[in-house]
Amino acid sequence: MVDFFENLKNKIVETQVWKSIFRHGFPDTDTNRALVMFSNVLLHLHPVKVRKSALRIRYTWCLGGLTFFMFILLTITGVFLMFYYVPDTRSAYQNIKDLQYALYFGNLMRNLHRWGAHAMVFLVWLHMTRVFLTGSYKPPREFNWIVGVLLLVLTLLLSWTGYLLPWDQLALWAVTVGSKMAEASPLIGYSGPFGKEMGMRVDNDIRFMLLGGTVVGQSTLLRFYVLHCVGLPLLATLFLAVHFWRIRKDGFSGPL
Amino acid sequence: MAIEVKHEIFPKNPKKSYGLVELVKGTSPITDKEPETTVFTWPNLVFIELIAILLSSIILIALSLYSGAPLEEMASPDTTPNPMKAPWYFLGLQELLVFFDPWLAGVVLPGLIIVGLILVPYIDVNPKGVGQYNYTDRKFAIWTFSFGLALWYIMIVVGVYLRGLDWQWYWPWDDWELHKPPSAVSLIDYSLILTSWGLSKGGAQIVAYATVVGYFVVGMTIPFIFFRKFYKELGFARYNITMLFFLMMMGVPVKIILRIVFNIKYLLVTPFFKI
Ligand code: HEM
Repeated sequence: MVDFFENLKNKIVETQVWKSIFRHGFPDTDTNRALVMFSNVLLHLHPVKVRKSALRIRYTWCLGGLTFFMFILLTITGVFLMFYYVPDTRSAYQNIKDLQYALYFGNLMRNLHRWGAHAMVFLVWLHMTRVFLTGSYKPPREFNWIVGVLLLVLTLLLSWTGYLLPWDQLALWAVTVGSKMAEASPLIGYSGPFGKEMGMRVDNDIRFMLLGGTVVGQSTLLRFYVLHCVGLPLLATLFLAVHFWRIRKDGFSGPL
Repeated sequence: MAIEVKHEIFPKNPKKSYGLVELVKGTSPITDKEPETTVFTWPNLVFIELIAILLSSIILIALSLYSGAPLEEMASPDTTPNPMKAPWYFLGLQELLVFFDPWLAGVVLPGLIIVGLILVPYIDVNPKGVGQYNYTDRKFAIWTFSFGLALWYIMIVVGVYLRGLDWQWYWPWDDWELHKPPSAVSLIDYSLILTSWGLSKGGAQIVAYATVVGYFVVGMTIPFIFFRKFYKELGFARYNITMLFFLMMMGVPVKIILRIVFNIKYLLVTPFFKI
């Protein structure tokens, strides 16, 4: 019986199909452990070997990795939500209700997406704190710290744009609070310092641009939807790629 | 028993240097390396990541089964909720609205936080403490960062747990359904306090400007005089940028305290903006 499975496995592993997908055996020898890092697109973010001390959980607390995992999780659950959600002020709220009460796993996906978003915001702050406390922003890693700050801002913007989409009272008024602040921007907001002097009116300032109107309405929902589902995730992916690239190029700071 | 070497197989050459070489058991050849400090990413790191992913997934799924994302009444521009709260991670900024005008609380202060964070690697010239949790060699940096972080989170906690109807202060044991009477003390501008002390209107305005400018001038000068080493390490440009951001950050709790203790609404009123 054991022989049968052993033979079967060998047969499968020898086929052209298998060999075209997996270029090496199971990573239990040094050669294969190196090869798996080269040939797997996800794993190749890592170096083949890492310093033993860099693996200490109590150094990174896995925070950057977990933040990234939250991003992945949010992408997956977010795609699921997108199948049912239409950014139309007449139906958006009902779509969310359907997700909650009528669709298989709809509520689980929505809850996961919400908790994941909270977790990502929280983790990204903690990750930044870790990087600060271990002095990991010092030369040569200054630039990666900047990329990190941009990722922090993007994370907050992603959360904020997503907050409007359920189109409930919470959503509408949270975004209204935010837009009140935007209209008070110096120079580019009509009620901010020097705004009037710059020719800002309620229908041409930064708030108008953000909302696509003078109140939070259909154009706002569409804008936030596009930013939340396409624009900001693309930007975040771009900066994440740079972030990981720079960790490899600058070397990981971990203890010696 | 000493072995007598009759003739050397490998005669010593005085022009060469010799090292002691040892054969050790290993799984791959190593050249030009100190004693091995690295390990293979697979499985050592990959498995840690896998476990972290599994654990965090379990926690999130458990949370999601246990409690849901809120969904309130459908959005309606006609009914304004009271209190009207932003998501928790922005409540710090919303709480700042109590003490500052929206252009400061919502735009300039968050902008300064972002710019200040970006500047961190360029104004911190202390080379110590890379790759370790080191407090003793970088006390100023750690204290400043922690102070800012604490400020951010304290404001969030206040916004989330202690602000109720009309953005009034509610303790957890208060009745959160009951409106509180508007506070009895009324806020007053700093320049009005000055005029009540007998200054003319113009004089009060000058003193108000002088106070704000003086805060920065004195703040910039004190470390320059008393901690000359700190100044020397940073140099002119870095010192000024560091201290400017430091004083602006400290200005936030200063203004909050002035408001709470002396009921001061604005320190400085100009035709364009108020602080
Ligand atoms: C979406 C947000 C972010 C993700 C997914 C992310 C991911 C990561 C990961 C996976 C690492 C590897 C080490 C670790 O896990 O700690 C890392 C390192 C690093 N991160 Fe982030 N990060 C994010 C945001 C930030 C922020 C906000 C900052 C700082 C302002 C930052 C600065 C850095 C720096 C300087 C390193 C190199 C650390 C070292 O060599 O020790 N990152 N990041």
